[in-house]
This record gives sequence, C-alpha cells and structure tokens, in this order.
Amino acid sequence: MSEILSIDPEIQLPEKITKKLLAAKQPTWCPGCGDHSILAAYFKLLEKLQLPREKIVTLSGIGCSSRFPYFVNTHGVHFLHGRILPFATGLSLSRPDLHLFVFSGDGDCFSIGGNHLDHTARKNPNMTYLIMDNTVYGMTKNQTSPTSPKGFVSKTDPLGSIDEPINPMKRLISSGATFVARTSASNIAHVMQMLERAEAHKGFSVIECLSECTQFNKGSFEGLNPRKGGEFKIIEEKRFDGTPEDEARHDVTDEVAAYRLADESWPGSFGVFIQKDRPTRSEASAAINERVRNRNPGKTDRDHLVDAFERFS
Amino acid sequence: MIKKELLIFELFIIKRSDLFRDAPSWCRRIIQIPKFKPQANLNVSKKQEITIRLAGYSQDGIQSMGSLLAKLAGRSGYRVMTYMTIPATVAGGNSIYQLRIGNRSILTPGDEADVLVALYQDSLQSHIGLLKAGGILLCDSKHCQPDGVAPEGTQVYALPITDLLESALGGHAMKGKNMFLLGMLSRLLGLDDAKVEDLALERFRKKDESVIQNVRTALMAGLEYEWSGRRPNIHLDDPKHSCEAVTMDGNSAVAYGLISAGVRYGASYPITPATSIMEVLIDELPKYNGIFLQTEDELAAAAAAIGMSYGGNLAVTTTSGPGMSLKMECLGWATMAEMPLLVVNVQRGGPSTGIPTQVEQSDLLQSIYGSHGDAPRVVLAARDVEECFAICKDAAAIAKQYSTPVVILSDQGLSTRIEAFDKPDWNTFYVEPKLDQEDRPADFVPYPADALTHHAPPGCRIGSGRYPVMTGLEHDTLSGPNPGAANHMTMTAKRRKKFQMLEEATPMPEMLGDDKGDLLLISWGSSFGATREAVVRMESEGKKASHMHLRTLYPLKREIRTVLERFKQVYTVELNDAGIYGAGQLATLIRSVTGCDHVRSIAKTDGQTFKVREILKALADA
Repeated sequence: MSEILSIDPEIQLPEKITKKLLAAKQPTWCPGCGDHSILAAYFKLLEKLQLPREKIVTLSGIGCSSRFPYFVNTHGVHFLHGRILPFATGLSLSRPDLHLFVFSGDGDCFSIGGNHLDHTARKNPNMTYLIMDNTVYGMTKNQTSPTSPKGFVSKTDPLGSIDEPINPMKRLISSGATFVARTSASNIAHVMQMLERAEAHKGFSVIECLSECTQFNKGSFEGLNPRKGGEFKIIEEKRFDGTPEDEARHDVTDEVAAYRLADESWPGSFGVFIQKDRPTRSEASAAINERVRNRNPGKTDRDHLVDAFERFS
Repeated sequence: MIKKELLIFELFIIKRSDLFRDAPSWCRRIIQIPKFKPQANLNVSKKQEITIRLAGYSQDGIQSMGSLLAKLAGRSGYRVMTYMTIPATVAGGNSIYQLRIGNRSILTPGDEADVLVALYQDSLQSHIGLLKAGGILLCDSKHCQPDGVAPEGTQVYALPITDLLESALGGHAMKGKNMFLLGMLSRLLGLDDAKVEDLALERFRKKDESVIQNVRTALMAGLEYEWSGRRPNIHLDDPKHSCEAVTMDGNSAVAYGLISAGVRYGASYPITPATSIMEVLIDELPKYNGIFLQTEDELAAAAAAIGMSYGGNLAVTTTSGPGMSLKMECLGWATMAEMPLLVVNVQRGGPSTGIPTQVEQSDLLQSIYGSHGDAPRVVLAARDVEECFAICKDAAAIAKQYSTPVVILSDQGLSTRIEAFDKPDWNTFYVEPKLDQEDRPADFVPYPADALTHHAPPGCRIGSGRYPVMTGLEHDTLSGPNPGAANHMTMTAKRRKKFQMLEEATPMPEMLGDDKGDLLLISWGSSFGATREAVVRMESEGKKASHMHLRTLYPLKREIRTVLERFKQVYTVELNDAGIYGAGQLATLIRSVTGCDHVRSIAKTDGQTFKVREILKALADA
C-alpha cells in the first residue's frame, strides 16, 4: 500500500503548453505579412489542445510559408520544395501516435507539389495541412504563382499573366480530401476556428488560408477585408434542424454544392467546404495488418522469417 | 494406356504426400521414399555439374519451369545458379532460362550448355551455338527439324513432346510442356524427384482443380517418359550439400534481407527490374505489423521513406536507374539532414528508359555522386543472391550508426537469378527493430560538430526544451539555419568526417591469389562470379592472376593502392562503357581515389552478364 502511495520523484508533470514555450526563433517574415497571424493562430490552437509537446511535429516544404517550423518550438521538419506531403504521409503512417501540422504555400502545394496533393488525398493520412496562399512567389521575389490572377504583373509576367490560375477550392474538392476549408489570415479568429476543426477531423484536413504578401501583392485581398470595405462571407453549415432556413445552408458532405461555392466570384466564401468520414490510411493499413496477423496468432517476427525461408527450401 | 498408368502413379503420389504432409521436415528427408521406377541405367558415369539451357516462347512457362527445377536442385542438395531473359512483351517472344547445377560452388550460370532444350525451330536455331561440342539436344519433334542445324557430333533427341501431351491432356496441348520437361529432366538429372510434385503444386495452388490435374498429368508423363534405346546421360553425382539450403532469387533475397535487418517500413514506385522487391515487402510486412507504400512516383517514394526514417523507423525505397535519378533531390536532403535511409537500386541498361530488362552496372557513379552539392553516399554492392540478403544487414547498420543514406546496388542479372545457399544463421542475421523514444538530456545537440549525429525522433522529449528542426538548409549544431561561411565549412567537414571514419573501418577487400604479380582483376557486384571463375580457370591453365572483389564501393578503401601498385596490369571487370578514357565507372573511381592510372577496364554493354570466356578473350586480346 505504501508503495502505491509513494510519489516517484522522477515522474514529471506534463508540460503546460504556452505561447512562450512554443515560440522559437523570431519570425523572419516581412512586417505586415499575413503569415504572422497564422503562426499566432497555431500557437493559440496548441495552447488550447495541450497535446504532449514531444508528439507534435511541425512540418513544411519550401517558400516563405515554409519557414514556419523554425518559429515553433516542437519537433520540426523543413523538407524539400513540394515534397512535404509524401514525407508527412510516411511519417504519419509509421507513427500514428504523432500530431502532424504541415504548412505550405501556393507554389509548394499547387505547382511543384501538385501531383502529391491528389495522391495524399487518396490515402487520407491523418494530418492537418495548411496552405498559406499569397498568390505570388515571395521568397524568390515576385514571380507568378499558380494562383496568381490573370493579368497579374510580376517579374515573370511583366505584361500581365496569361495562364489561367488554379482555383484551390475546386482542386481540393476534386482531390477527394476529406476535410477542405478556406480562411484568411486577416481573420485570426476564423483561422483558429478552421485549424481547430481540421485538427479534430480524422484524416487529411486541408485549409487554404489567404495570406497577403505586403511586398509583392499589397492590397490584393482587400475585397474580403471588412475593414477595407470588403466582405468576409462565412459559409453557413446545415444544422439538419428541419427549419426552412436550413434549406439554404451548405451541406459539407455535398461535393456538388461545395463545387458551386468554389465557383463563386472573388472573394467567394470562407469556412468548411467539405467534411466527410473515411477511414484514414493508418486505420486501413492497421485493419489489413490485423487480418494478416490474426492468421498467425502468437508468431514473432523472427518466426515469420524462419517460416518464409522454409518456403524457399 | 498412358492415362491409366498415370492414374495409378497419381494415386501413389497422393497417398504418399498425405502420409508425410504433417511430418516434420527433417523426418521427410530421412525417410527415403522409394522411387516409383528404378533407374533404367545406373552404371553410367555421373556428372559433377550440368548446364541446361531451355529455349521456348514466354507462354510456354519456361521461366516457371526453370525456377522449379532450380528449387528442386536446391532441395536435392545441389548448388544451382540460373540465368534468364525476360522478353520485352508480356506474351510471345523468345524466352530462355539457363541453369547450372552441380556439387561445387557455382559462380556463374555457365558460358555454354551441356543440354539445350528447344521447343521450336527458331529457338533451336538461335541457341544451338551455345551448346557445347558433342552436347545434348532435346527438342520437340513436332516443331523442330534438327537435321542440318545441329552440328556434327551433337546427341540429338527429337521427342514427341506436343504429341504426347495432346494424347495425355487431350485437345491441343498448348500448356503443360514445361511440366513435362520438369518431370523428365529431374528424373534424368537424378534429382530428388519425389519432391517434384509437391513443388509444382505449391506453385499452382491458387489455380483451379482442372489446371492442377493437368499439371500432375504432364509432370508424370515427363517423369515416366519411356526412352526407346539410349537415353541422355546427364545424371549428377550424389549431392554433397545439405538439403537445408534455400533456393531464392536476388530480389526476394533483398526483400527478406531488409526484413531480417529490422526494416518494417518503406515506399516505392513500380519499376523494372526492381518491382518484385516491393511486391514481396507489400505482401510480407503486414505480418510484421509494418507498412510498405506504393506511392505516386519515385520522388514521393523517397520522400515517404525519409519521413518514415525521421519517425525513428529505418525505412527503404527501392528502384532502378531512372527512378534513382528522380530520388536524387530527396537523397540530397537525407545527406544534408543526415537521415538514415536505405536505397536499393537494381541496375538495368541505360541511359534513360534504355533496356529495362537487361543488365548493366552503369549506376555506380550516379549512386555515389548523383545529387546536387557535395553529397556522396555510402554505396555497397551485392555479388550474388546470398549477398543480396546478407548485405542488407550491413547497410542498415551503417545507415543507423552513421546516420546517412546507404545505397545497395543489385542488378537485373541478380534480380531474377536463382541460387541455392545455406540458410542464414538467424542469431547473426536477425535484428529486432527498436524505436528510440528515450528522453534526451539538456545538453543534447542534434548536429554535434565533432561527433556522429544521432537524431531524436519525434516522441523524444528534449531536456533543454529546445526542439530540433530537421532541415535541408545549411544549419548549425543546434539545427538552426546558418549560411555563414565558417559554419558551412565546419558542417561540410562534419559530413565528410563520417566517410573518413567509415573508410577507416572498411576492411581491405577480399583477394584471391598473390598480392603482387602481373595481372589483377577487380570485380564489383555481380561481375564477381565470372571474374572469379576466369581467375580460377587461368590458374588451372598455369597462368597467374589475382582477383580482388570490392563490396564497399564508397567510401572506397584507399589503401588498395598499395596492392594495385604491385601489379603490372590491373583491370576492372564491369558491365558498363569504358568511355573515351578506357575506364569503366569503377576504374574511374579507383583512378581518382588511388591515382593508379594503369587501371583499365574489361567492360561491355551487351545487356548480358559476363561470360568467363569473354573475360579470358579480352585479356588475350589486350
């Protein structure tokens, strides 16, 4: 009895996650850059969630957005341009106990990493993926990005861009991602709300977050900023309460309705476009492993190898 | 008549198999089941080794037959090595399979055949040149006309294979020739043909009953083939090896080597000739509660495997030449961030799409140097199928100890080649994977300037409260980005230092023969066998030569210079182009490391593994 009551001095109380604890290097983003707000929202989220710090991983690709992990005091990865999704998929599948937060930009995600986006969505690994979309290449100093609007003047389109921009929401909806939301760094409370929903969602949760580049794209997002005379139109989600006003609300499981929202003219709507239940890849793989392992109960890894070599002899 | 006889035989076999199905394997070996029919001619001279070349079309199942015969040879206590070509098309086209079976250790699949089995006239015409003078030709009398094709002195046996199968199986017997030949050859060779039925049925167990029935019938027709008059003498001497051997192909050996080295995670994209490694791992790893991912492309495969390794589970990505090139960006990151990783490159003919189903050793330099910046990699090459298995353990140990990507080179020749070798000693080879989740002390430094990097995977608490960011940017010891000149030089030196340590830890390469003299042949990877056999043959003809085999290609042991300098002539034997400087890729590397510019190459790019006689001829012509 006395043994049970005695307190082991080695046992550490769980760390309290605070913004102070989480702040690492001073962000190197330009003053006024939208990315500062996203970092602030991320800190707030982690303060609220109080996950074990050592189980949080902050990951990124390449670009202004992707400097993110250096400013956060958790395990972090600053990977290659466009390749963070397969990296994070590998990490998520081999370590389902971890909490993955992946930060990326419009170039990282829709241009050089475009192929990986669709295939990550197919696999539905458990992670939160936030795309910081400033519609310009900022780190390399003002070139056209895949989300730059037509006519955008940059160093690579001095006479205005002529290629059709990607519509991120259409792209994400058709990828089959199980959680797709849109927000803007100009509305921290909404970013925080979307991050929280995304983190709580089981599977591949993607948020497109507009984030103004004050250097090369100043004023481009004023149309969605009420302080600048714009409108931040928030999606009303269906409550399934049978009321007549519920008819007009958005059903997050309805891809066609989500696509219609994505087709609205600039600046469009903000909020959750898609939220669907589908097993994560970790769950699907675990089910296969369990099925296979149940065929050979009690066998160790070494037994399986010995068996395999029996088959070859 | 034939059918009736076969039926009786079948009943006997089924009964026998039932009797011993549950018996332990040792028991099955001790209880010698009497053969159904005594050997017709027992007092013929027995052979030390036999090389058989099977030539037909791919739909004849030549490959499955050859691999079953190889397996049977292994199970009968012989050593065996095979060689095959895969036609570029899925069905149709010439298909060959060559087996060398014997009591001695087999180093190559054989330059020439003692026996040629030809199913069609064009297979006969294409391959008769590879039959030894006075060799045995077995051909299908329905499709082959050996007169005028087979040289004088050839022992020709035109057998009614198609006709026999048509009467045994009914209708137009398109299938079954392979099983007929399997039965016939295993009886002629004196292999343990009581095991042949079990073997064949293992292969076809997923097929429906009518197929299995035909397999049995064809097999028995071959086993019981009535030779009128003389019969070919290819009976092997009594086996000298343990029946405990495994008979395995190179790609399977890599897959199981990885598992026994503790690898439970990986990611790949299908590419010839590496694909079967990922197929085996996808099939096997669920048993070990691991996951192998098929990704959308080669880049994603490398990135996913690095993500797995970052999580603390050493992972692998497998590929061939073009895929290797696509992984280079990721390998650069793994070098910079110092992430342990295994990369298997099953080399094929290049450049570009090249000749995907043929062999080359032309990825050595890209494996070492093929990335941006100063980022060489550890490269090991397997010399045979057994080493495809064994090398994985060493590669995994290096990757973990030095926190670095390690490339394992195999090639198309090894990938499908079947060899029999002794079962591994599991106490030596089995490594239990262990995920490091230990807390790190307050003075933990992710990238110490004067010691090897040992990462703290996520899940590890860091005593200082300062968590590391693994990065491809040049970084300081605490993993913060730092482009400063002094820092870049310090960290470049840190990354260089581990190669120095590894170079010092690498033993001097294996040598056969004197350590000085007129002629030294240096092999790497699968050119080992033919080179060794060439040196042994020269020795037997009174010509002196030595053989050095390099297993660790990078870092290359610099001290080999002392040996190289003591030889008048030094040749590397490698399957690539010797280029405008007369040096293949290994020779180029050796010259640059040792400064020995008398190193030249015996190199070729015909897509085939070296024949012993090709090496001897190249030396004679030099």
